[in-house]
Amino acid sequence: MTDQPVPAIETEGLVKRFGTTRAVDGIDLTVRTGTVYGVLGPNGAGKTTTIRMLATLLRPDAGTARVLGHDVVAQADAVRSAVSLTGQFASVDEELSGRENLVLLGRLLGFSRGPAEERAGELLDAFGLAEAADRLVSTYSGGMRRRLDIAASIVVTPELLFLDEPTTGLDPRSRNQVWEIIRILVAAGTTALLTTQHLDEADQLADRIAIIDHGKVIAEGTSGELKASVGAGSLRVRLRDPEQRPAAARLLDQVLGEPAQLESDPAALSSRVSDPQQVATALAELTGAGFAVTEFALGQPSLDEVFLALTGHPAEPTPEEDAA
Amino acid sequence: MTTTTETDPVLAEATLRAALSTRARPHRPSGLAASAAFGWRAMLKIKHVPMQLFDVTAFPIMFVLLYTYLFGGALADSPREYLQRLLPGILVMTVSWITMYTGMALNTDISKGVFDRFRSLPIWRPAVLVGMLMADAARYTMASVVIITVGVALGFRPDGGPLGVVLAVALLLVFSFSLSWIWTAIGLRMKTPESVMQVSMTVLFPLTFASDVFVDSSTMPGWVQAFVDVNPITLLAGASRGLMHGSVDGSDIGWVLAWSAALVAVFAPLAMRLYNTER
Repeated sequence: MTDQPVPAIETEGLVKRFGTTRAVDGIDLTVRTGTVYGVLGPNGAGKTTTIRMLATLLRPDAGTARVLGHDVVAQADAVRSAVSLTGQFASVDEELSGRENLVLLGRLLGFSRGPAEERAGELLDAFGLAEAADRLVSTYSGGMRRRLDIAASIVVTPELLFLDEPTTGLDPRSRNQVWEIIRILVAAGTTALLTTQHLDEADQLADRIAIIDHGKVIAEGTSGELKASVGAGSLRVRLRDPEQRPAAARLLDQVLGEPAQLESDPAALSSRVSDPQQVATALAELTGAGFAVTEFALGQPSLDEVFLALTGHPAEPTPEEDAA
Repeated sequence: MTTTTETDPVLAEATLRAALSTRARPHRPSGLAASAAFGWRAMLKIKHVPMQLFDVTAFPIMFVLLYTYLFGGALADSPREYLQRLLPGILVMTVSWITMYTGMALNTDISKGVFDRFRSLPIWRPAVLVGMLMADAARYTMASVVIITVGVALGFRPDGGPLGVVLAVALLLVFSFSLSWIWTAIGLRMKTPESVMQVSMTVLFPLTFASDVFVDSSTMPGWVQAFVDVNPITLLAGASRGLMHGSVDGSDIGWVLAWSAALVAVFAPLAMRLYNTER
């Protein structure tokens, strides 16, 4: 263990309370440099609070956190010199233009006027914002804002980049762009800590994932490991005749050994599948029994299913937990 | 051409990779340079929304006109005569009122996400606040120019000449910068701009009106006089009148500077403490 390089992030028993709520309740994380680490959880799980502590914006109530070897409380300035933060709600200045935002950050990071402007121009080109550069950010679309936000985070390339729900509220095209940017950043050597509510996002980007709920890590591993822990996924079937649904559900229950769920679409039902092999059997049985199947799909386990499996409660934004 | 997910044409991938190529990190800026950058940010906001200057233009004009013509006839023989005494004081009073907007603007500004970014930068911590106050000094200067211009148009004739006027404004700026730290602290403490305004008004009303801006304190009852005579607004108005009319009392200036130093000594650390406190 002692030969290991300094981890990008290492926390032990990190706790943050707000009043009587333990927003973060003893989180242990280790993130290796050069990797993308995904923190997955529903709203209110403690993701943002964790990031804010690691970025020196909040002081932990208990436990320790070291970022690139520096303690987030005692050596906050050293931490700040090595990290950048892209917040959940784009942390750019809406009342300035895109260019002014980047020039301002360049100057705050120590560039003099000329080089700050040059760097801003470079980033605006790279992020496809050259045309909108001199418009106020308040006129930007969500995707443009997020790109500017990320550009602002790499005016000086950070060793560690915090991305707090970088694609929340974005359309699929903008989301793909952000994913692409993150991949390029990581390929260039930056470590990223990413929070998300979506398993597929963590799956796409993260080398390792921690699932957190009520301020605690409830599972940790690669996406493959996590998925294996909740079964292969779910089978969704749509019948031609909604009348047949109850009978089809009974059949699926038998074949898959899991209770089938009736969906809001009156002709559709779904069931968890622990072994993909069973899917072929189930479909054959359905057709053999005279059910006309118009559609079927084998889905990845959703965050809901991961949650259900791990915690026994759905991944909805939960009300304040009573008595922990 | 591969069939993997399309790299969007918006993203110039090669440029992006080039932009990411590691380069020397610049030296961390001095406290002054960082403050100046925040001052520049505030000036840019004014450039984009010039309406923000309403409080330093229309407001002062109203003050000068109202008080000159409402009280001029009653308190002196004519508005024009009253103006000679009133204008330096009204300048002090108006600019002191305008400092209140510092706290309100900060309160609105600080709730935005961009402050998370500022707070996570390796810069001299007070730079955000100092820069804002520096930009506010520019606003106060503008208000002063407006007031003096209107005053001169109405017949104000400073015996101390332009130099006296400039020195009076300079002293006012020092005091306003110091006074602004109170509103900065309040702006950081309160939840909404409305509550900032209420608290600020509660302080500013007695501070500005219980002074000798309108009438000499010798006409007031003893206990009022006791407050009025140590009120920094009285002292500043006195110094300002003295400088503008070429008959300054050095002790007034000394007291104003002492008050300014005391305000900064108390409220700047308090504001920084509040700024560093999480929200």
